[in-house]
Amino acid sequence: MKVQLKIWRQPNAQTKGQFVDYSLNDINPEMSFLEMLDALNKQLIEKGEDPVAYEHDCREGICGSCGLFINGRPHGPEKEVATCQLHMRSFRDGQTIVVEPWRAQAFPVIKDLIVDRSAFEKIMDAGGFVSVDTGSAPEANSTPVKRQHAERAFDAGVCIGCGACVAACKNSSATLFVAAKISQLALLPQGKPEAKRRALNMVAKMEELGFGSCTSTEACEVECPKSISLDHIARMNREYLKASFSEEKD
Amino acid sequence: MATLDAKIPEGPLKEKWTNYLNTMKLVSPANKKKLDIIVVGTGIAGSPAAATLAQLGYNVKVFCYQDSPRRAHSVAAQGGINASKNYRNDGDGVYRHFYDMIKGGDYRAREANVYRAAEVSNGIIDQLTAQGVPFAREYGGQITTRSFGGVQVSRTFYAQGQTGQQVLLGSYSALKRMIARGKVQMYSRRQMLELVIKDGQARGIIARNLVTGELERHTAHAVVLATGGYGTVYYLSTLGVSSSGSAAMIAYRNGAFFSNPSFIQIHPTCIPQLSDFQSKLTLMSESLRNDGRIWVPKAKGDKRDPNEIPEEERDYYLERRYPAFGNLVPRDVASRAAKERCDAGYGVGPTGQAVYLEFRHAIREQGAKTIGGKYGNLFELYEKITGESPYETPMRIYPAGHYTMGGLWVDYELMTTIPGLYAIGEANFSDHGANRLGASSLMQGAGDGYFILPNTIGNYLADKIKVPRLSTEEKEFEEAEQKVRERLEKLLNINGTQTASSFHKRLGKIMWDHCGMLRSEEGLNKARTEVRELKQEFWKDLQVPGTLNELNQEMEKAVRVADFLEMSQLLIEDALNRNESCGGHFRQEYQTEAGEALRDDENYMYVATWEYQGEDQMPRLHKEPLNFEFVEVKARTYK
Amino acid sequence: MSHFFTSPVGKKFIMSITGIFLMLFLIVHLSVNSLLMVGSDAFNSAAHFMVTNPFIRILEPILALGFIIHIIYSAYLTLQNQRYRPVRYKKVDRWGSTTWPSRNMFILGVLILIFLVIHLSNFYWKVRFGHLDTVMVEGTEMENLYGLVSGLFINWWWYDVIYILGALFLGLHLSHGFWAAFQSLGWDNDLWRIRLKRIAYVFAVIMGVGFASIPVYFLITSG
Repeated sequence: MKVQLKIWRQPNAQTKGQFVDYSLNDINPEMSFLEMLDALNKQLIEKGEDPVAYEHDCREGICGSCGLFINGRPHGPEKEVATCQLHMRSFRDGQTIVVEPWRAQAFPVIKDLIVDRSAFEKIMDAGGFVSVDTGSAPEANSTPVKRQHAERAFDAGVCIGCGACVAACKNSSATLFVAAKISQLALLPQGKPEAKRRALNMVAKMEELGFGSCTSTEACEVECPKSISLDHIARMNREYLKASFSEEKD
Repeated sequence: MATLDAKIPEGPLKEKWTNYLNTMKLVSPANKKKLDIIVVGTGIAGSPAAATLAQLGYNVKVFCYQDSPRRAHSVAAQGGINASKNYRNDGDGVYRHFYDMIKGGDYRAREANVYRAAEVSNGIIDQLTAQGVPFAREYGGQITTRSFGGVQVSRTFYAQGQTGQQVLLGSYSALKRMIARGKVQMYSRRQMLELVIKDGQARGIIARNLVTGELERHTAHAVVLATGGYGTVYYLSTLGVSSSGSAAMIAYRNGAFFSNPSFIQIHPTCIPQLSDFQSKLTLMSESLRNDGRIWVPKAKGDKRDPNEIPEEERDYYLERRYPAFGNLVPRDVASRAAKERCDAGYGVGPTGQAVYLEFRHAIREQGAKTIGGKYGNLFELYEKITGESPYETPMRIYPAGHYTMGGLWVDYELMTTIPGLYAIGEANFSDHGANRLGASSLMQGAGDGYFILPNTIGNYLADKIKVPRLSTEEKEFEEAEQKVRERLEKLLNINGTQTASSFHKRLGKIMWDHCGMLRSEEGLNKARTEVRELKQEFWKDLQVPGTLNELNQEMEKAVRVADFLEMSQLLIEDALNRNESCGGHFRQEYQTEAGEALRDDENYMYVATWEYQGEDQMPRLHKEPLNFEFVEVKARTYK
Repeated sequence: MSHFFTSPVGKKFIMSITGIFLMLFLIVHLSVNSLLMVGSDAFNSAAHFMVTNPFIRILEPILALGFIIHIIYSAYLTLQNQRYRPVRYKKVDRWGSTTWPSRNMFILGVLILIFLVIHLSNFYWKVRFGHLDTVMVEGTEMENLYGLVSGLFINWWWYDVIYILGALFLGLHLSHGFWAAFQSLGWDNDLWRIRLKRIAYVFAVIMGVGFASIPVYFLITSG
């Protein structure tokens, strides 16, 4: 099949970028989207041009490296996939495909389709953990955890940190990312002692770093490759309100 | 020349680690503040190690090539993590765990290390649970387990089919906590390109900032490599496409010995390669073999829909050949059995390079809901790639390169032959012998990182408390950086016509065909020549666009491929040297009449350890003999 | 607590609380207004009660405050949120992932605000600051609000259109706002999310159709 590509090219953070058109013939519909870009890059390199920079690693939808805004949607038209799991069979022969980097103030472009997601790291630093020293953990089964809670914690814990929620949100909000971690740890007894600090600090950090607020459009949940539910945002809100109105000093 | 002293502590097996802990040297908290440690890699070995070392009070610098430590490829481990908790009351315990690993590794691992790995395994589960890792649980609130290949107990802890992700994120959170405290300095988007050695001791690294291209000098009192395996030598593998053997090769070129490089695990259950442009093979967790049954049609070239092939016309070859373990034989055995059937013409699918893994029986017995609860996300993953639902039609699977048991030689303290240079997790060779059992890589990495290295490194650093930081202006840094610069410029200035990936692909094919699941002297000799020629072609005709002073992914690839070419030569020599079949290393010339691996304990019961002698020079072989004091060495059978 | 009202969750909390308060008002408002379709005496009596009851009088400034806070915070939030994507996408496709009202709450809000201004100047101003004819209902003299409303709807057809559109915008606004208010308060969960969304649609339809039915009623009856 043939495809027409409009790809955002930007040499570095300091230089202005622009869309460049490419057309590719002989694309096999069974190719993954990234393999199609590999094919494009091979052609570019052999012509002596600079290949398109994009992030990727595991190519099985779990490392969270890849993240392209394809035809107006994060990770492209399919549901519950990362870009690396998208196949060319999802496109029509001859279709024009617009490929853009994540756009958000908190995710500046580094080069072409690569953005700087270190803001996520700073949010995690603000409290996305349980403070337990190596060696100080009690016997694992000494604290029973309700199975449903463990399962829900897992459903939140599957976040791959790709940033699609931010890319999808009209407010560039990172609420789903933040909520997934707050909710995961709030559901487990192990996370309870720090629940208050965690909720307050992570939310504050999110705002400080220039992410918008949640207006519950649900775009994040739909575009999340792991379908993390908005329920976790509600739980985060609950945790945050509880923490804000709590009398106990922290 | 360094000698191979594994420094195994005295005493009975189960007291060795305790004895070591009781007698090792300690560094006082006040002195730890003066000591810097570099950790390269943030997977399930690196993150725990960095977090724990920082918790102890050392100054830790952590490096990863991804934008975040959370993306290390441990994240993709699926099935589980082993521990001998004996929660099931099924007769498990540390010794049995140890024994299973020794046997699973085909008696090619070091007893004391393996025992210790089993011994610390329970603490890992406790640690991860406390970090908020949501392990699967029973309705009573207790953690549940499942079975994995090569064992007859249920000791695998899991979180659906994403255990690696959950376990890694738990460790990542521990690392984040230490970063927040300022005890760890995180350097992401950095590629380690050289080791800095002074007076024979590891004292720092040269890293390339992958965004700016700048070469950075980082000093330390010790360097820890937690850089994973080199399975991407096959180009197509279950690994992340940027996983590489470069850090190990850097250490090797600097004098660290490399052990059993050709011991590579081929994972039996992966989604088969469908086309030539494919860049990656996706693993289907071994846990599927708990309930799935593997088969091929009894008739050659049977092209019927698998659901239409009646029971009596199916060959459940693993159950037939290995009645005691059935579908849960270890990975090397399952992989070879699949290859044997396919090579004999019984393979299925469009290429004939696949076998069926079917859940019909399990769904009938337990219901689709229960099966979905156990493997739902794996079924979805399979469907996303192939477009077929495993609930309705059997999966098609085929073996793929997965894990490297071989790695940098380390002693009991996990130190390489370069003092102050440590290798942990998959990067070292020590615990899995010639074959790794499922769900033990997360275990080994986490054990090394959380509990072993943070103790053993103190034994070395206790003598370094008076050693000042090595200035990055010293000539050792200058020379190391110069070496890196020259190598990068050399790659850039070839100005040929072919991409790094195209060389990698060709290299992968040679290695898969001749140094993969099945090896022979003839094939290996052929590969030796082909790799040498390919390497020459690479250095003549590589094309790297762009410059060194920018984000240049082609340069990153070129560095990796250059190292893989050199590493492949080492792999081939090692495979040629070992005239026996054991675990993942199967030499066609050495097999029983039934087609099982035939070991030669008399001549090859040793760790083949290689010392670098210069580029294109035959490396020098050192043998670390393996003495089995505590287990009886037997033919490995799963019948 | 000090950062609460400026935090992302706190801002949404304010929007929710004021929103829920305004929704309660709408229920009362629609109940009273439905009486327009019953007859002039019924409506005038109810209106008289609302105008003269001291409790309602106390609530009036609070209601006004609710509106003002809701409007100011929404403007503040929306303007702020727009800053977070300085470079826009070339192509955006949100039809598959979101509903139109959820994306356009602010625009709907502005339209409702414009309507509100017209609405207030039509009725509220005249009632509070103007002089209306009076009528006697069951022995009590009261202002003839029914006359004012029916006069407007019967004599000026474009007002009917404006009020029908106002009701439509309100219904759309509520179809998202009702559920989102509870989401922001943290009440939502896997069970209640579906329930709240259904209730939201029912509520939005009742409010939208309810308010729209009044001008429609006058259009039809005046023939």
